[in-house]
Amino acid sequence: MLAYIIRRIFVLIPTLLGVSILVFLMLHLTPGDPAELLMGERASEEALQEIREHLGLNKPLYEQYGLFLKQLMQGDLGETIWTRQKVWIEVKQRFPATIELSIVALFISCFAGMILGIISATKQYSIFDYLSMLGALVGVSMPIFWLGLVFMLIFSLNLGWLPMSGRLTVGVELETITNLYILDAIITRNWAALRDALWHIIMPAVTLSTIPTAIVARMTRSAMLEVLRQDYIKTAKAKGLSQFMVIFKHALRNALIPVVTTIGLQFGVLLGGAILTETIFAWPGVGKWMYDAVMQRDYMVIRSGTLFIATIFVLINLCVDVLYAVINPRISVK
Amino acid sequence: MKNEKPQKNPEDRHPFFDQISQLWRNKTAVLGLVIITIFILCAIFAPYLSPHDPLETALYDQLKPPVWHATGTWINILGTDDLGRDILSRLIYGARVSLVVAVISVGLAFFIGILLGCISGYYKGFRESIIMRCMDIILAFPYILLAIVVVAYLGPSLQNAMIAIAITYVPRFARIVRGSVLEECEKDYVSAARAIGARDFRIIFIAILPNCLGPLIVQTTLGFASAILDMAALSFLGLGAQPPTPEWGAMIAKSRALILRASWVMTFPGLAILFAVLGFNLLGDGLRDALDPRLRD
Repeated sequence: MLAYIIRRIFVLIPTLLGVSILVFLMLHLTPGDPAELLMGERASEEALQEIREHLGLNKPLYEQYGLFLKQLMQGDLGETIWTRQKVWIEVKQRFPATIELSIVALFISCFAGMILGIISATKQYSIFDYLSMLGALVGVSMPIFWLGLVFMLIFSLNLGWLPMSGRLTVGVELETITNLYILDAIITRNWAALRDALWHIIMPAVTLSTIPTAIVARMTRSAMLEVLRQDYIKTAKAKGLSQFMVIFKHALRNALIPVVTTIGLQFGVLLGGAILTETIFAWPGVGKWMYDAVMQRDYMVIRSGTLFIATIFVLINLCVDVLYAVINPRISVK
Repeated sequence: MKNEKPQKNPEDRHPFFDQISQLWRNKTAVLGLVIITIFILCAIFAPYLSPHDPLETALYDQLKPPVWHATGTWINILGTDDLGRDILSRLIYGARVSLVVAVISVGLAFFIGILLGCISGYYKGFRESIIMRCMDIILAFPYILLAIVVVAYLGPSLQNAMIAIAITYVPRFARIVRGSVLEECEKDYVSAARAIGARDFRIIFIAILPNCLGPLIVQTTLGFASAILDMAALSFLGLGAQPPTPEWGAMIAKSRALILRASWVMTFPGLAILFAVLGFNLLGDGLRDALDPRLRD
């Protein structure tokens, strides 16, 4: 197993190097002078010269890439163009917000998706099955940025139940330890802040979880149907086990294997979807930050942010693969 | 659909008709086909169907509500936006934009993907490793991120967004084709073709590729669905279609500021996206069941 993990990590290295080369080259592959692209068309010659000096744009390409890689190895993601702040500081502040949102969304989609899938599979061809599978297809087809706005219109503006944006109401005190507000509130036993944080996260998390919920529901249903057809389920039923035991103890265990992989793969949808969701709900995470950078054309932030998100994504996929090998011993680790 | 042309070899017709009738019995797939047909008709006959010019602004007709509101009129059935443009007309023309975008971006990805997939599956060796590593790199970007970054560099426009979407979709096709080609290469007919001295080009494109069509058709249909969705998202972020192009995502983006005063400006483009994407997803699912049972999830 350890050998497998190590080998998987080695396979990752060329991919990550490739990603770093790609995000590095993007600035240079774009037609035009990189310095002008960075500073905008109206920048003065001195400003252009200064940025060239500052970022080493005068040096040969391989030297620039070497420098870039060296900085990355030291955990330095560079500086923003306009404010010349360390990108790393910004990432550290914002990443927990994205993680919190993604985890809550993932939790919702696992829970809702698996329940829907299990019920659909046990009542195949029933009206519930048809409705939930149609619902799942609608979910997969949903433009989540629009759904978010619809939620906002209904639950914030018309009904006034949920706050429209942000992570906490201004004025609510919370001592931040991990920057995951829900966790922080629980640690510090600050129940008012916990309630406020939960109230804020519901709408963005549900919006973000739409597509993964639908995918998990479909996957769970088909995996369950496959398992329920097998002989050992008949044996379990014949033994006189209750429906509940057959489904949750005997069938679900084996059906879970493909479902877990699907759930793991949803992290990509979540990280990408975070850009849209965070933009709509003004959620101060990495996605909103990337969007702002794109709007302000801060290519240094775009570069580092992209690299950061891609790296996280690749690492999560690695964990999913390893987890898959752990829970499914039948897969020979080749 | 144009993808369902009968194959040339008469012996192949039986499974083909089987598949067609299987597809026809699949009610969801037929529903998808109906939805898509409606959108295609809207796109083709947009000038005849739309009651107004989608770009014509009317100063005195701003934010008129849909017909079922107390103050709505039959002149603007779905109401007007903040510049007095007729929403129904913009939606109908929007079908044109979305379908053209889907066809071009998926088409680009389709051809590049097939080419790369064939090369890596047929020649193997270092060409395969290089191509597949490149595909891995593209796949290392979650969901829509790469498209956003590419457009951020190239500059926001419909054309650049199409390029960006095409790039992100190439690996899907390349992987499918590579897998199928690898599988087919082991079969006797390929050795036979080699033995009679057929050139590589002929073996790949005439002999092998038609046998990989099933999964490709499925992936193309599903690709249309996600291309429409992704383009709407890019336009919503201001990176795709630019005003005054009647694009659904861009329409939603513009309506954000009006969300309280005129919710209809936002509602209908979203529904249009949802139904168009749903149509292609329904059809794609049906095709998957009919053409390629192995791919069922």
